[in-house]
Amino acid sequence: MNNFIILPVILPLITGILLVFFTKQIKVQKWISSLASLVTIVIAIALVQRVYENGIQTLELGSWKAPFGIVLVADMYSSLLVLTTNIIVFACLLFAFRSIELERERYFFYPGVMFLLTGVSGAFLTGDIFNLFVFFEVMLMASYFLIVHGNTKIQLRESIKYILVNVISSALFVISVAFLYAVTGTLNMADLSARVSEFGQSGILSVISILFLIVFGLKGAIFPLYFWLPGSYQAPPSAITALFGALLTKVGVYSITRIFTLIFVHDPTFTHGIIAWLSALTIIAGVIGAIAYSDIRKIIIYNIITAVGVILFGVASFNEAGIEGSVYYLIHDMLIKGTLFLIVGAIIVITGTSDLRKMGGLIKNHPSLGWMLFISAAALAGVPPLSGFVGKLKIIQGGFQNGEYVIAMVVLLSSLLVLYSVMKIFMNGFWREQVLSKEEEKGSTKGLLFPIAFLLSLSILYGFGIEMVSPYVSQAAETLLDPSIYIEAVLKE
Amino acid sequence: MEILMSIVAGILFMAATYLMLSKSLLRIIIGTGLLSHGAHLLILTMGGLKQGTVPLLSEKAASYVDPLPQALILTAIVISFGVTSFFLVLAYRSYQELGTDDMEQLRGNDQQ
Repeated sequence: MNNFIILPVILPLITGILLVFFTKQIKVQKWISSLASLVTIVIAIALVQRVYENGIQTLELGSWKAPFGIVLVADMYSSLLVLTTNIIVFACLLFAFRSIELERERYFFYPGVMFLLTGVSGAFLTGDIFNLFVFFEVMLMASYFLIVHGNTKIQLRESIKYILVNVISSALFVISVAFLYAVTGTLNMADLSARVSEFGQSGILSVISILFLIVFGLKGAIFPLYFWLPGSYQAPPSAITALFGALLTKVGVYSITRIFTLIFVHDPTFTHGIIAWLSALTIIAGVIGAIAYSDIRKIIIYNIITAVGVILFGVASFNEAGIEGSVYYLIHDMLIKGTLFLIVGAIIVITGTSDLRKMGGLIKNHPSLGWMLFISAAALAGVPPLSGFVGKLKIIQGGFQNGEYVIAMVVLLSSLLVLYSVMKIFMNGFWREQVLSKEEEKGSTKGLLFPIAFLLSLSILYGFGIEMVSPYVSQAAETLLDPSIYIEAVLKE
Repeated sequence: MEILMSIVAGILFMAATYLMLSKSLLRIIIGTGLLSHGAHLLILTMGGLKQGTVPLLSEKAASYVDPLPQALILTAIVISFGVTSFFLVLAYRSYQELGTDDMEQLRGNDQQ
């Protein structure tokens, strides 16, 4: 009964196909999509538990033996990410029920979300590098559709750039796969890893690894390749931005982690050194953007870039503390970025603007929203009892163990500026004198607060219950640190 | 033969890069077309261009060409075909709505 692994991929796919037939019955759409999303959450929890008890789960599609067919591999890292993804999709769906206009809902919005979920879960679970490319395209195609969905002028303008950047990075992905195939003659990740360690990582393989870093860096917005992100992510409605901000860049980060902990691990001073410095520059670029803008969406968008840098620094240190920290921080960041984008979405619904200078005194009429923003800002910065703390602590510890004091200090200082940038929203938007009285508000937050509270309470639980999460995370880190566990599970040597 | 093909793919990448850095949206889309051609040719080349018959078992030949890159290319072709058609319709829609195909004028600012 190992067919279980494919359920998180195939269930959203079937739901998406089913929903295409009911585009005009919005009630039916809402029911089917939220039910399917709940069921996939349960399945993902069961998957995490199963991997925890029995080790890495693999599924050979069509019963073809490992290097010859496509293998789905669920190790702890990917199952945890699948679970987090499904939770975020559920919250964003609930938010979308209330915030997306009827016109948009009637034109395939919910199928689009389901196909996006298919692509993301597939990318997390696949064990084949070309299959990873295909799932990237499934995810990207759905995201092209969602980013332009509604056809406003700004969406049309920004989606042209978004699609162009992703078309280029997809072509680069294909080229890198071609080079890798020419050198190794295989596409299965476990087999690739085995062969790369057999040949030793020669110069050509290091070049290919940097090509992959460029490809996934374009998807995951690392330092010189993040230029497309701030513009594109502010175009679509808040529910969609929340999905993108929490999921899409993280798939790039996941792929970098996977590639550089499984396949290209034999020349770490070169490859991981480059990643460490790029992550430092990414953090700096992110915090500069986050403190520069007074547009609340832009502030959170630049915070995505900072978080990507922090996670990659943990991966680059490539020791137990660093890898564990990056797993902790990745899960925390997906939850908290989802929360923050939804909060920003609710603020925009109330005020009708995203300009911080045009709002103030929201705490008077919306105290719960205000304090939720306050708590999530503290969690984002990594204030101890909350969720961002343990991840960052371990990442910095990992950096110190490797003697990379400068970059570790950059990570520490960035927390301060991140806190400043989000507190700016809180202090200017919620304190000061009141701009809008109760009657002047542009929309109501009815139903919008529930998904925010749901995500935020999960993130608080994650912070307080870190003892409960830690065996799972250390299992994930153990697999990431020792590629032979993964190879043995897949190739069954 | 591989060297010749690599040079051809290189020229395609060069032309694609040049076209994608130009102002007109349509030239950019032509550039993405050339880019995907180059990538597909490169997969074929990197799979090896050894002599052999077509990968059909009924041919009963001593050696066949590598079937895997061909399957990869077929997948990549349909994907890039779907993306290109989406991109073309998007360009058409944005020409209707925004009234320009000049990337300089599509720059936008914070005030939308």
